[in-house]
Amino acid sequence: MNTVAAISPKHAAGQRRRERLFRGATLGAALLVLALLGGVTLSLLIGAWPALAHFKLSFITREIWNPVTDQYGALAPIYGTLVTSFLAMLLAVPVSFGIAIFLTELAPGWLKRPVGVAIELLAAVPSIIYGIWGLFVLAPVLQRHVQPWLIDVLGPLPLIGKFFQGPPFGIGILTAAFVLAIMVIPFVSAVMRDVFETVPDVLKESGYGLGATTWEVIWQVVVPYARTGMIGGVMLGLGRALGETMAVTFVIGNAHRIGTSLLAPGTTISASIANEFAEAVGDLYTSSLVALGALLFLITFVVIAAARLMLMRLERRALGSA
Amino acid sequence: MNKTPDNNPSRPSLPPPAADAAEAAMEEALGAHGSAADRGARLLKPSGRRGGIPAEPHSPLALDSPPIAHPVFHCKDVNMFYGAKQALKNITLDVAPRQVLAMIGPSGCGKSTFLRCLNRMNDTIPNTRTTGTITLDGQDIFAPEVDVAQLRARIGMVFQKPNPFPKSIFENVAYGPRIHGMTRSRAELDEIVCSSLTRAGLWDEVKDRLNAPGTGLSGGQQQRLCIARTIAVQPEVILMDEPCSALDPVATARVEDLIDELRAQYAIVIVTHSMQQAARVSQRTAYFHLGELIEIGETDRIFTNPRHRLTEDYITGRFG
Repeated sequence: MNTVAAISPKHAAGQRRRERLFRGATLGAALLVLALLGGVTLSLLIGAWPALAHFKLSFITREIWNPVTDQYGALAPIYGTLVTSFLAMLLAVPVSFGIAIFLTELAPGWLKRPVGVAIELLAAVPSIIYGIWGLFVLAPVLQRHVQPWLIDVLGPLPLIGKFFQGPPFGIGILTAAFVLAIMVIPFVSAVMRDVFETVPDVLKESGYGLGATTWEVIWQVVVPYARTGMIGGVMLGLGRALGETMAVTFVIGNAHRIGTSLLAPGTTISASIANEFAEAVGDLYTSSLVALGALLFLITFVVIAAARLMLMRLERRALGSA
Repeated sequence: MNKTPDNNPSRPSLPPPAADAAEAAMEEALGAHGSAADRGARLLKPSGRRGGIPAEPHSPLALDSPPIAHPVFHCKDVNMFYGAKQALKNITLDVAPRQVLAMIGPSGCGKSTFLRCLNRMNDTIPNTRTTGTITLDGQDIFAPEVDVAQLRARIGMVFQKPNPFPKSIFENVAYGPRIHGMTRSRAELDEIVCSSLTRAGLWDEVKDRLNAPGTGLSGGQQQRLCIARTIAVQPEVILMDEPCSALDPVATARVEDLIDELRAQYAIVIVTHSMQQAARVSQRTAYFHLGELIEIGETDRIFTNPRHRLTEDYITGRFG
């Protein structure tokens, strides 16, 4: 009975020391992230300064990109980045939504896991693989079969027709958007699936209990409940689409011009940097490419910040109702 | 009309009490427990027939009062499986119209599972299988031609935790009538919402804020909102799965009063963990144990004069 030992003061001191060490280490890790973010921002700004100081605002308003005359304007890459990402989301979000709904609400048990795992594996495929596949497989198919059809059928239409005119290059804005969509789908659908799984069964059952069909429960109970998280998933995908480099570089055509047609080649910010950095001679050229990087950083930051703000507003509204 | 006399000529007469050692030990345990008599006004301690009660379950219908003439639900030999695990064994019982049937029993006894069989809610759980027959007004609910959404519209359900939709109070009640196209005009819809909330005893509390979110109400109000939502579809029967277990005593009393009022119009099947609640709100009580229906009968009779030892053990608080 008297073998029960009291806690020794020495041991307690050791415990406290380890606790302090542990706290210090985690705090250090957290601060390191902030320091890195600050460092990246600072070095981008320093690197971009010569170009920004030289071209001032015209850097983002001009389409010209001429290494021979040392004239650089970022409008074409900005346009390409925004348009490819937007189109990619337009294609990816409905498909991802369908995948997520199917996996959480409709798929029989034996199918859920294989499909879920397959989607996670898709997310793990390196982007250069998508690039090669896009260039050698997808682009020829689009060029031979899809783009002629788009040109014939949609080209003559008023309003949207001008987006589908010109020769079928195979590579271009639209092809990049397709590849981006395929790359983004695993991310968006995985997040959406997780979000749908947070909807309480009892809420769905109360819908079913009132005699709602599966479709009615999904559309009127699951989706409103999961709206916030769905937007989060979409924004995550958009962030990835904006910054994707390799796959886009392969299939976009790398032309510093803004064409109305989506079938025409274009470029994105990250594709321009990847393509040209190795051969950039001259300080202004290099600095202009770094300035492109800073712009991408800014665009991504704004998108993520906007998403956060939107989520916060939605959450506050939901909280106000809770 | 719903009180059936508690004498069943077909029931075999029980043997006289046997006073053996085990029995004495049981008496002692019961005495030590002591609180059996406090468990509610109608929860009287059973009088000395304990020894004669068979330990093995036998056909519950043999323990029932006379069969119900026009049952809302008629269930025969219902078995239910979660994967390989059998959760319900040969449940046979009837639900009478305009009457409250309480289902009691220890946790995991299958009472909630059985409740969820009645509106085929278990269909929404993968790897479940139900056998046997359940008819609603004589119609087999498992028949292939049955539209399960339409079936559930005829059977209201109130859940353990209040679960209003993330919508306004009005939209919560209007949801059912909307999806079933029950109204042709906004005025009709307003009328249904108003009358449902009124019958659920909630109208006066929410009439000025119908557009406020349903989730902003108190727990008791939310549960009454869920009841309003349920009766807005004009079901024939209401299933309640421990509707008061998340509510405080005052809110519980209000919901119980509401159940008593709704009984005038609906058949109600209520699963409850509270024997006092079963005694207060129900006319008939069914006792479940390990997936079997042990005993069913008039509530007064079950609580004062249980015929099965398991029932008695449970209502006297020996386990559960």
